[in-house]
Amino acid sequence: MATPASTAAANSAVKTKNTRKVDTRPFLWPSVIVLFLWMIVPLAMTLYYSVINYNLLDPSFTGFAGLENYKFLLEDPSLWTSMWNTLVLVGSVLIISVVVGALLAVLYNARFPGRNIARLLVIAPFFVMPTVSALIWKNMMLHPVNGFVAWLQSALGMVPTDWFSQYPMLSIILIVSWQWVPFAFLILLTAIQSLDSEQQEAARIDGAGPVAMFFYIVLPHLQRSISVVIMIESIFLLAIFAEIYVTTSGGPGLATTNLSYLIYSVGLLQFDVGYASAGGVIAVILANIVAIFLIRTVSRNMQKA
Amino acid sequence: MAEVILKNIKKSYGDVQVIKGVDLHIKDKEFCIFVGPSGCGKSTLLRMIAGLEEITSGELHIGGTQVNDLSPADRGISMVFQSYALYPHMSVRENMGFSLKLAKQPAEEIKRKVDEAARILKLDPLLDRKPAELSGGQRQRVAIGRAIVRNPKVFLFDEPLSNLDAALRVQMRIEIARMHHDFDATMIYVTHDQVEAMTMADKIVVLQGGVIEQVGSPLDLYHHPVNKFVAGFMGSPNMNFLESTIKQVEDECVTVGLPGGGTVSVPVKREQASVGDKVTLGVRPEHLLEGGGGDGEVSGKVLVVERLGGGTLVYASLEDGQSISAQIDGNSSIKVDDTIKLGLRNETCHVFTADGLALPQIDRHPLADVGRGSGH
Ligand SMILES: Nc1ncnc2c1ncn2[C@@H]1O[C@H](COP(=O)(O)OP(=O)(O)O)[C@@H](O)[C@H]1O
Ligand SMILES: [Mg+2]
Repeated sequence: MATPASTAAANSAVKTKNTRKVDTRPFLWPSVIVLFLWMIVPLAMTLYYSVINYNLLDPSFTGFAGLENYKFLLEDPSLWTSMWNTLVLVGSVLIISVVVGALLAVLYNARFPGRNIARLLVIAPFFVMPTVSALIWKNMMLHPVNGFVAWLQSALGMVPTDWFSQYPMLSIILIVSWQWVPFAFLILLTAIQSLDSEQQEAARIDGAGPVAMFFYIVLPHLQRSISVVIMIESIFLLAIFAEIYVTTSGGPGLATTNLSYLIYSVGLLQFDVGYASAGGVIAVILANIVAIFLIRTVSRNMQKA
Repeated sequence: MAEVILKNIKKSYGDVQVIKGVDLHIKDKEFCIFVGPSGCGKSTLLRMIAGLEEITSGELHIGGTQVNDLSPADRGISMVFQSYALYPHMSVRENMGFSLKLAKQPAEEIKRKVDEAARILKLDPLLDRKPAELSGGQRQRVAIGRAIVRNPKVFLFDEPLSNLDAALRVQMRIEIARMHHDFDATMIYVTHDQVEAMTMADKIVVLQGGVIEQVGSPLDLYHHPVNKFVAGFMGSPNMNFLESTIKQVEDECVTVGLPGGGTVSVPVKREQASVGDKVTLGVRPEHLLEGGGGDGEVSGKVLVVERLGGGTLVYASLEDGQSISAQIDGNSSIKVDDTIKLGLRNETCHVFTADGLALPQIDRHPLADVGRGSGH
């Protein structure tokens, strides 16, 4: 959280050294302060709630709880399950969206009639609201009776699968990937378009076929953009909620409960604000650990390129 | 043996024809330069030879085989691009060895060939650097090294020096000429800079608007341009063109009027020319004699004097208002507003008819048909 501010400060320090001796830092303070308050107030409140007894169903149960909430939470096996689910969900969607996005980008960079319309269609899922896309998948695509996939399966003489109860996590990954492939596609397509055409021609003369061209020329060129895609997607994927809420409600059992859904379920289904806040704090810590690693790798990649 | 033969090569983009039928025979080990103004189709022609652009119609032969349908990698060519087109994420060594790696050559073999090329180009200390850590001249060398390593039959260059500064350009020019001498390979080189063409080529191909205007040795084009375009394009400073009319015609001599009333008799074939025709008299600035004399004379008022040390460039306005430039002695004391007399020698004059074609000269320049190097 402090990283953007500190890089900004570092940048301004470099500038003042290099150019005229004007201290530009005061001009940064207003936005830095607003951003800091924006972050710190909710965080402080969450921290506060996480150390008191606060259950909406039981107003008499009050007072300082110390680390009780955390203790309960860390002993609760559902926390670990949901952490694991979060990692599986984020990891799979990242891999799928980057791989499929890169392949589509290469494909749609080639010239063919109707290319612009085709590109628009690939990007379209990104503009569908998560709740709506989850409903589309739930009721029109994967529904065991009315769904398109079920229809396909019975047309082929197979027994329709009840996706959300038999393969709940896979279904969620499918839906979320469907939404995020367009994003990766868009970023990687613009990156491919910026690839120097003479470089590709030189590689053709050097004897590179399509496969060698992809792995030796295109992919290294995309490295930076892939880092950016991974970083931005991770931030959003860690907080996936609507898709789970609309389709599986975290189930069956805990099969599709990720951290944000767990916090919601303890906070608003069991009405335990203190407990949910403790979960929130843990989610923040987890997100920051991921963020530190990501920002480090990404900035290393950026410097390298 | 790597002759390159183009037979009626044409290229169209949609309805627009950019190469309008090129016939050309480039001999084995020849240094052939395509020169012409920007947009005349030099790059397109070169890229068709490389296989990067499809040939719309016509035949292309390299080393005795027709290569129209071969991929760039199978044509036995290497190309050096204007932007160098190095692979930014690979080291110099990997850049140079890339083609061999794709050809699945053993690692020691690749190393040996890259080291060899690096030694020739004095790139040894830079082999582990990335292209971003090199200067323009060094990148250029790596690009050339990458071409050498493939050991091609034909080297192709597309304006390889135009991103370098003037001093480096002269140096690389010499190195490429040297390389041609050492490698004994056929080279085809594209440039818009006629000085590069004059200094390096065995054979210059002057292109304009997708057609060949003239093919010849540098001195052939300099002394015997076939039309006004080639005459004006080759040579620096540019040839003077004076509007004139024909006063008298004999079989091997055409006499044209000069501004100020004089005449000069130029030893050219008369062809269709007749007395009274409007023509253009062409004479190079370096062929004008300060102080008059020669076979004809003009005089004018000096407008600008450029002193280059070794020579002096004088721009003057003639009596009938036409302008002329002359390259005269570096020690001339001529000043602006002086009157200058300039003499013309008849064998250095060119006569162009109204449609821009030169009347052919009777005498060939003794060096016009002599190649530069050995082996021709
Ligand atoms: N891909 C293309 N599509 C349409 N026209 C092109 C294309 N490439 C080149 N041209 C046209 O062909 C002509 C010759 O281009 P080029 O060979 O690059 O010229 P030069 O290298 O002599 O400057 C130009 O008029 C250019 O506009
Ligand atoms: Mg060009």
